Amino acid sequence: MIKAENIIKSYGNSGNRFPVLQGICLEIQDGDFAVILGASGSGKSTLLNVLSGLERPDSGKVYYGKQEHASDKADDRNRFPSPAIEQGIEYAGSDKAYGGTDITALSDRELTAFRRETVGFIFQQYYLLPNMDVEKNVKMGADLAGNREYKAVIEAVGLGEKLHKYPGELSGGEQQRVSVARALAKKPQVLFLDEPTGALDEQTGRQVLDYICKLKDQYGFTIVMVTHNLNIAEMAKTVIRMNSGKISHIDTNETQKTAYEIGW
Amino acid sequence: MLIGIKNAAKLIGISIIACCAVLVCTMFLNFYLDVRLIKGDITSELSMIFYEAQVSTAKVVCLVSGGCLFLTSVVMLIFYIKHYIDTHRKDLGILKALGYSNLQIAENFWVFGISVLMGTALGFGGAFLIMPRFYALQNKDKILPEIALHFHPVIFLYFVLLPVAGFSVLAIGYAWFQLKRSVLSLLKDDFRIQEKTKKAQSRQNGLRKKEGLNEQNRLRRQKEQNEQYRSQSQEEQDGQTTQKEPQRYSAEPSGENSFLQDLKRNTLRSRKTLVFFILFASFCFSAMTQMSFSMKDLASEMMGVMMMVIGLVLAFTTLFLAITTVINGNRKTIAMMRVFGYSQEECCRAILGGYRPVSYIGFAIGTGYQYALLRLMVDIVFRDVEGIPAYQFDFPVLLISLAVFVIVYEILMHVYSEKIKKISVKEIMTE
Repeated sequence: MIKAENIIKSYGNSGNRFPVLQGICLEIQDGDFAVILGASGSGKSTLLNVLSGLERPDSGKVYYGKQEHASDKADDRNRFPSPAIEQGIEYAGSDKAYGGTDITALSDRELTAFRRETVGFIFQQYYLLPNMDVEKNVKMGADLAGNREYKAVIEAVGLGEKLHKYPGELSGGEQQRVSVARALAKKPQVLFLDEPTGALDEQTGRQVLDYICKLKDQYGFTIVMVTHNLNIAEMAKTVIRMNSGKISHIDTNETQKTAYEIGW
Repeated sequence: MLIGIKNAAKLIGISIIACCAVLVCTMFLNFYLDVRLIKGDITSELSMIFYEAQVSTAKVVCLVSGGCLFLTSVVMLIFYIKHYIDTHRKDLGILKALGYSNLQIAENFWVFGISVLMGTALGFGGAFLIMPRFYALQNKDKILPEIALHFHPVIFLYFVLLPVAGFSVLAIGYAWFQLKRSVLSLLKDDFRIQEKTKKAQSRQNGLRKKEGLNEQNRLRRQKEQNEQYRSQSQEEQDGQTTQKEPQRYSAEPSGENSFLQDLKRNTLRSRKTLVFFILFASFCFSAMTQMSFSMKDLASEMMGVMMMVIGLVLAFTTLFLAITTVINGNRKTIAMMRVFGYSQEECCRAILGGYRPVSYIGFAIGTGYQYALLRLMVDIVFRDVEGIPAYQFDFPVLLISLAVFVIVYEILMHVYSEKIKKISVKEIMTE
């Protein structure tokens, strides 16, 4: 579970601070598909960055773990065995009372270890390594988890026959699928997606979302997705609506639509 | 103006190399021209032998040092222009789209000649500051008639005016050649990627052939694997297989490279010019520092000090520029690695680690080069001159020089490792 407590974040220098997140509190359950919706400038990407440990908030806490008891944590994490856990790495910010890890209290080194073993990222602009072929790009994520079965993930996103193609030779949709495979080969517990279909056409966008949902069902990770596409929210279980740095609504969908059932 | 003086100022490396080249060449060519003026005054055979040795030394130093540094400046200029065009290709593409011709755009690149002017002017002025002392040392032995210092305008033309004009023309010409791409290929993000892709693919195909695996076999095997996987997936979906296969593909051979090893190799291959610069930097350090100690005995202390200073300046300038370019060229890769959770040490090892063996190879070549050059000087050029001490390879100097090189190189790597640490993981998302 991810729990954010009173997250405050602003940008700018001391004389001219611009508040971006103003006291955000939320909980995202394990295995949830949460979508953060909001207009441009509402703070949704900043919230994603804070939740994923890419950015530190000015104040507030972000916990990862289980509410019940610290001892449950190991079982939960073992769903995706990670080298860091096997090596017994403990986070300094571990909060036993809560039974989770406050990532805002981690040092840079610990935060790197946290990202390494817990989260995966998919960005709008893919950010693939241009000089490396599909296989090597995916290995970037796979090596972190000691995953030698990464080719199965490439196959799962439908790129098994393009192992040795370079990003420049792939279409936008294919590149995004490589970035999906790269993130999933890392066996993350939580997958963060920042406008993953923003640079794709409707058909390719649906295809990518469909792959992500299928893989979520297969691997059981949590999804936190930022989008401004209202229709995509119908695919999610939890919909977090943001406005001017605050959460305006949190809705729960009883039934979720597939990528091919939503409008675009 | 698209390219300003600020861009020319970034070519500090060319300025420094040009400065060193002109300093050395001006000194020795001026000395060569002056020493020829006294040829008629030489009466004894011994003096004539010494005279011939001095003339040969001046020629060799001028050609070897000047030529080597000139070529390095050319490589550096071409590298920088290519780098500039690659990083500003969209701006250049827009100019082309607006209707500017390749030549009109390329003409702006003349400003890169300014960096050469800065270097050559400084080198020329510096040479005339040092030369009175240099001449005094040459005249000290009184073997030859007094050699007087003269100003030869032709040297100013050769080493200041012509290089500036030449480098400006080279910059314009090379820029024009580089701009001969379609507007779209300049505007599109992936033109460079596509270029590299083609190169990488041909390299990979070559490797496959070498291993006896032709493309047809590879595709057939790939197809078989895919079919096998599909049938397994189908079985799983049909409920025939309830347990997940632990491994759908056979594990790669034990020789499979990790991502970090692949990245290290890729970083080296993608910018071969930088490999040359790092090789050159360590070569300069090794050759010039070791040679400077020998020069103390073979020539003069002043020559030794001058050689060491030039060597160190060249080595550190080139190394600094090359490593900075490596880091800047890989900012996105580093940021992405940090996002995914690769540690600072891993990023540093993958991006910079590949250059370590290169630098040591450069050091070894430099050691061999300075030994061969001095052997040549002593055994051939000064063969008939009396009083030249015997030259032996100096192992203690090699060890000291190597130790200093290792320490300095590792400190520099540590400094750059800290620079890598400062690359923001969020940087990649805010572009």
